Amino acid sequence: MEEIWNGFVKAIQLIVTLDPEVMEITGRSLAIAAASCLLATAICIPLGSLIHFNRFAGKRALINVIQTMYSVPTVVIGLLVFLLFSRAGPLGYMELLFTPTVMVIGQAVLIAPIVAGLTITALSGVDKAVPETATALGADRFQVALLTMREARFAMLTAIVMGFGRAISEVGLALMVGGNIRGYTRVLTTAIALETSKGDIELSIALGIILIAVALIINIALNRLQQRK
Amino acid sequence: MRNKAIICFFSLLVTIVLLLSIFGCTTAQGNEILSARERLRVATTTSLYDTGLWGYLEPIFEKKYNVELDVLYAGSGIALEYGKRGDVDVITVHDKAREQQFVAEGYGIERVLFAYNYFLIVGPANDPAGIKSMKPEDAFKKLADGSAASFISRGDESGTHAKEKALWKSAGFDYEKIRKAGSWYIEGGKGMGSTLLMASEKQGYTISDMGTFLAFKGKLNLVTIVDRGSILLNVYSVIPVNPEKNPKVALNAQKAKDMVSFLTSAEIQKLIGDYGIKTYGTPLFIPCAGKPEPTE
Repeated sequence: MEEIWNGFVKAIQLIVTLDPEVMEITGRSLAIAAASCLLATAICIPLGSLIHFNRFAGKRALINVIQTMYSVPTVVIGLLVFLLFSRAGPLGYMELLFTPTVMVIGQAVLIAPIVAGLTITALSGVDKAVPETATALGADRFQVALLTMREARFAMLTAIVMGFGRAISEVGLALMVGGNIRGYTRVLTTAIALETSKGDIELSIALGIILIAVALIINIALNRLQQRK
Repeated sequence: MRNKAIICFFSLLVTIVLLLSIFGCTTAQGNEILSARERLRVATTTSLYDTGLWGYLEPIFEKKYNVELDVLYAGSGIALEYGKRGDVDVITVHDKAREQQFVAEGYGIERVLFAYNYFLIVGPANDPAGIKSMKPEDAFKKLADGSAASFISRGDESGTHAKEKALWKSAGFDYEKIRKAGSWYIEGGKGMGSTLLMASEKQGYTISDMGTFLAFKGKLNLVTIVDRGSILLNVYSVIPVNPEKNPKVALNAQKAKDMVSFLTSAEIQKLIGDYGIKTYGTPLFIPCAGKPEPTE
């Protein structure tokens, strides 16, 4: 119990004194998660919408696959990305392994199914009356799609925030493809893993509290946004 | 209003991404954030990292050679694998047999020794298996009985794990049988520090390099049980990855050589020999560059 309490005290100290290393790691965590979230959003919102607005054979199965991928283990994606970007791998010539860039790519791959899948769910949740009325009033397919997306934008925002949450909280992939290099690819989760393995429990707890605080702030912001609706 | 909120959220994301480039620039001392160049990568065994030795040497090397050093810590097995794949430029490990194989297969240029210490068999202070000060091989024979206490193995193909396997072999056991011998044999699958913490929690025995054990001693309820025997020798070497086998590391070949000269230089050898005295009251490593391989 004392250990946990000391962790709290240390966390407050580290945050209040703006400890440069902690700030740097937190900033990097946010930056990498945000970049991967943007990348996944840019690709998966249009992709999810395409899947939703089109009828094709195997649509249901495809959606099932996407939803199954929500819970794909981070280390599996980590291993895949590692093998692809290792110098001995097919994308090795890009020399990206153990850089923040490859962490962004890996996390984007990791959260892509979540963003795409929840986008589809969001669009499915829109009242059928909306597209029907629009069609009756003479809107073409593209206009109907845009209108539906507009109606679903808050639910789609949830998709993005869920993706962000998974990206910032995962450790397996960050460790495997980033390598937890001090001052370069070390993020909150990998730092926690390292400090715990070094037996530095207090610092681990402190970093964990910062991570939770970040998640909390983002969720509060999202909730307020949705309540305005 | 609502649209504004969404725009706000996205601008926040974009701002954060812009911050990434700033962080990247300040830490990488330049604009090479996207590329692996101008950075030398060393993969090191966890014991040289967990003891803080690399954290201590890293800024000295970076300043001296004006290069950004990336230190990746992993068990010797993974470190050698990184080397084989050309993902790192130089490795520092402690697993003689596999190092020699690594060089013989052409993946490494040469194996250069730079420090050594000893492995220790550590366990609970009351020594439930009664193996205090025995010969390491005899101690393992008693541990294999398994009734007195558990044994925590690294189980991760690290140099320490290789040493443990060698010990079981010289004690006359088949490692595969020991692995499945019962619940007393625990494969942790973690680094040295975590394994020691686990052994302490479970009040079991384990084998550890001296450096990591001393560095973690304050957090452990474990004591040294066996520390004598030539089989416990633990030699660290540095191996530059061979650019002929991996043309991509050629870019950093000179810097990898610099790393070898750095670790074997008189100045750094002295720092390695003194490392730990201030914090732990005793040196963690014995420098041995340029000397014949220690045998006992």
